[in-house]
Amino acid sequence: MTLHVLLIEDEPNIAEAMRFILSREGWRVSHLAQGTEVLERVRADRPDLLILDLMLPGMSGLEILAALRADPETRALPVMMLTARGRDRELAEQAGADRFISKPFSNAEIVAEVRALVGR
Amino acid sequence: MPFNLLVAACLLYVIFLFTVAFLVERRALIGRLGWLRSPLVYTLSLSIYCTAWTFYGAVGYAARSGLEFLTIYFGPTLVFVGWWWLLRKLVRIGRQYRVTSIADLISSRFGKSNTLGVIVTLIAVVAATPYIALQLQSVVLSFGVFASAAPDGQAPLDAGSTAIWVAVGLALFTILFGTRNLDAKEQHHGIVTAIAVEAVVKLVALLAVGAFVVWGIAGGVSDIIARIDAAHLNAWQVQPGRWTGLIFLSAVAVITLPRMFQVMVVENDDEGHLARASWAFPLYLMLMSLFIVPIAVVGLERMPAGSNPDMFVLTLPLAEGQGSLAMLAFLGGFSSATSMVIVESIALATMISNHIVIPLWLRWHPTAGAGDDLRVVVLRARRIAIAAVLALGYGYYHVSGGSAALAAIGLIAFLGVAQVLPALIGGLFWRGATRVGAMCGLVTGFAVWAFASFLPSFGPGAALSEAVFQQGLFGLSWLRPHALFGTEAMDPLTHALFWSMTLNTAAFCLGSLLTFPGPVERLQGAAFVNVFDGGAGPQRWARGQAEPEALLTMAQRILGEEAALTLFQSAARDQGKEGFLPDPTPAFLDTLEARLSGSVGAATAHAMISQLVGRAMVTVEDLMAVASESAQIMEYSAQLEAREAELTRTAGALREANEKLTQLSIQKDAFLSQISHELRTPMTSIRAFSEILTEGDLPPDMVAKYGKIIHDEAKRLTRLLDDLLDLSVLENGTVQLNLEMANLQQMIDTALTAARQTRPERSFVIHRDLPSEQIYLKTDADRLTQVFINLISNARKYCDAENPELRIAVRQRAGRVMIDFIDNGSGIPKESQALIFEKFARLTDANRAGGAGLGLAICREVMTNLGGSIAYLPGQGGAAFRVTVPLRLEKAAA
Repeated sequence: MTLHVLLIEDEPNIAEAMRFILSREGWRVSHLAQGTEVLERVRADRPDLLILDLMLPGMSGLEILAALRADPETRALPVMMLTARGRDRELAEQAGADRFISKPFSNAEIVAEVRALVGR
Repeated sequence: MPFNLLVAACLLYVIFLFTVAFLVERRALIGRLGWLRSPLVYTLSLSIYCTAWTFYGAVGYAARSGLEFLTIYFGPTLVFVGWWWLLRKLVRIGRQYRVTSIADLISSRFGKSNTLGVIVTLIAVVAATPYIALQLQSVVLSFGVFASAAPDGQAPLDAGSTAIWVAVGLALFTILFGTRNLDAKEQHHGIVTAIAVEAVVKLVALLAVGAFVVWGIAGGVSDIIARIDAAHLNAWQVQPGRWTGLIFLSAVAVITLPRMFQVMVVENDDEGHLARASWAFPLYLMLMSLFIVPIAVVGLERMPAGSNPDMFVLTLPLAEGQGSLAMLAFLGGFSSATSMVIVESIALATMISNHIVIPLWLRWHPTAGAGDDLRVVVLRARRIAIAAVLALGYGYYHVSGGSAALAAIGLIAFLGVAQVLPALIGGLFWRGATRVGAMCGLVTGFAVWAFASFLPSFGPGAALSEAVFQQGLFGLSWLRPHALFGTEAMDPLTHALFWSMTLNTAAFCLGSLLTFPGPVERLQGAAFVNVFDGGAGPQRWARGQAEPEALLTMAQRILGEEAALTLFQSAARDQGKEGFLPDPTPAFLDTLEARLSGSVGAATAHAMISQLVGRAMVTVEDLMAVASESAQIMEYSAQLEAREAELTRTAGALREANEKLTQLSIQKDAFLSQISHELRTPMTSIRAFSEILTEGDLPPDMVAKYGKIIHDEAKRLTRLLDDLLDLSVLENGTVQLNLEMANLQQMIDTALTAARQTRPERSFVIHRDLPSEQIYLKTDADRLTQVFINLISNARKYCDAENPELRIAVRQRAGRVMIDFIDNGSGIPKESQALIFEKFARLTDANRAGGAGLGLAICREVMTNLGGSIAYLPGQGGAAFRVTVPLRLEKAAA
């Protein structure tokens, strides 16, 4: 079964790049541009991995993460957090992010981190 | 003289007056009135006391009753010579409490009771009706004189249709004149100046006719004195009773006539003018009466028996072949009539709109939305009221047949308005006078006047039946209109004067003694009676829960957007706050109430503020303040209050400064982190795609697409860096300004075109007033245009209305130009309004559309560099920004 990555990123160009990089590895990528509906999508689609931008319109990445970790059903979902602000690493780790990547990143780094996170 | 020429002369004259009024109002708008606010203009404007009745009727009066006509001048002379006693107080109260009319004064004094306002308004309207009819009649008569003398035998209009045309013409003229703009303020500098011009015209005309009679027809001064001696005018002898009555009546009328109150109190700019007028106005009256008797005597000698002595001023020159002198006299009479009708109907329209229409409107639409709906209602109400007042005048003229002698009608009107006197004098000098007493007096006096003077003036069998005249009302012989309580010895006027004033005063005093004043009445009574004892009157408001924004919305309904914003801004500044929303302190509420009173009257203003402040008007403390008048306590508490106000102001300023500092420090930290974010985001895309491209193996269309993304993001980075540099240059004040003369309209055009690139898919309706944009500014046009582009783009981005609209309004005031950009979206929430001009203060991330949130911060810096400012305007029903820029920016200031 192909790996399913759910990508939450509001910058359309960054989302486009991520989709290209991840799809090239043969993974299935679905994308949402804002913070609302993420929880519903996670429950409905059951992705293998969530890549979450920190600054999002609607609901911030930290809030989403907190909600996911509070729900037993989604508690174990691997989450990789993206941010463009250096100081956010602590906040993200406190909220329960499994990996933290700051922008800008190298494509290889993303792929490697995803592989490490899902163990493939 | 051809009738058409006469009409043309009238029209030309009216256009001339309109031009005068228009030019003066233009000067008033830019605050350069200068000599137009002199005692001379004030005194001349008072001359509307001399109406067509005086101009034509005095000669007729002299021909019929000898020197009795002088009583009409004696009364006002006495009042003005004794101005220190009464007029000074009236004017002081009028200015201090922004009184809009005599009805407003009475209503305000007696506890801001609108019922009293309505009663006085009704009395004034009913009493003014015959008076306006009188003016119509005199104009019709004077037209008639020329028509019958027309050599070409052209049949002129008959009297009835002339009257209609004159009434319609005057109504249109007054509406154009008196309600020309939406400014609800009660002072009309333009009109006052036009009235002053008319005063000169009528004086010159009457003096010219008099000089012609004395030196042209008679053989000089000694000859005319001989002729007067020889003439057998009726009643040369003085009748003490009637004379006293008439002097009293005219003295009262000069105080209580709505139009006199309007020019004397409402339009007064400076109390000092009154001192000058105290001798100058009697002098004017003396000049007006100088040649009355010679004209009357020569007229009786020269004119055929049976000709109307009221028209001697016209018929004498005509009969002597002096066409142009007659024309001058005609214009003099026309001036007298028009000036009276204009001011009278404006005064009455103000009363009707403030005391009848607005209270009703507010009852039906208590909470209409933002905007200036109320001012539109006020304006419309005044226009309709003007037309209605003139229609009533015409109706009276039509019904009474225009037959009675001019003087008789005038005196009936005088007596009608005189009924306000007891309540007025009592209100100014007697603290014990109460609302109930005032009502009793007014209603009683009005009823007696109507029964004994007004209704009988239509003639027996018209308003009152023949039987009532003979046997009395309900057959009670002591209720005969001309012989109340069996007093048959007096002439009808003295009789009506005696009984109406006596019963009025008695009812007023009795009513006042038997009732207790309410709390607001006590406060107002003390404030009015002791108006010279200093102090701005008692404060009536406790610190309420009123929302400043709601107060602003209400104030805008009445004062209009601009005046309201200015008022609120300066109040906020006095409290040491920035922006347009002051704290609703008692002092501010008082100021606001006073301003609103100036537009809609005290009763309505009080009611509107009470509605928002949500408090039953007066508290125990207020009553205590009235009860304990010990000077010490007052002074002590005044000192305490002043100190407390000072402390509050300082505390407010400190609090605001502290909040600002705290936020600034937080923002400083946030700034770096924001810059990091804004720089990293485009860089992420660039790095990711450039890696993808270097790895190769991509189809050409993908290469092109990704190349374009890299290019766009690189541009975005550049723009961000440009903005940051721009901001830093502007903040350091090291910016190079390129000052030149530039056309505002072109700048706005450029900005609109440029801003169209922002969300081009949205169609926006733009409202502009192009003529108002025809202003040449000395400024840096590119920088100012940059600000406009930013504001328009923001509207395009963030206005969330379904059919977005943007209104651009330009105003010029005192060397500064204000450009407002107002959209119809949901606006900016109050808590964010103070933040939007800070760097990276983009309110939501929903519509970033490529911006980094620096736009408004740059705008603010640009405007500071241009010597102007940019501010958010609350309460406009959408997001609204005001850009203020000096008309001419000088290099040294930059």
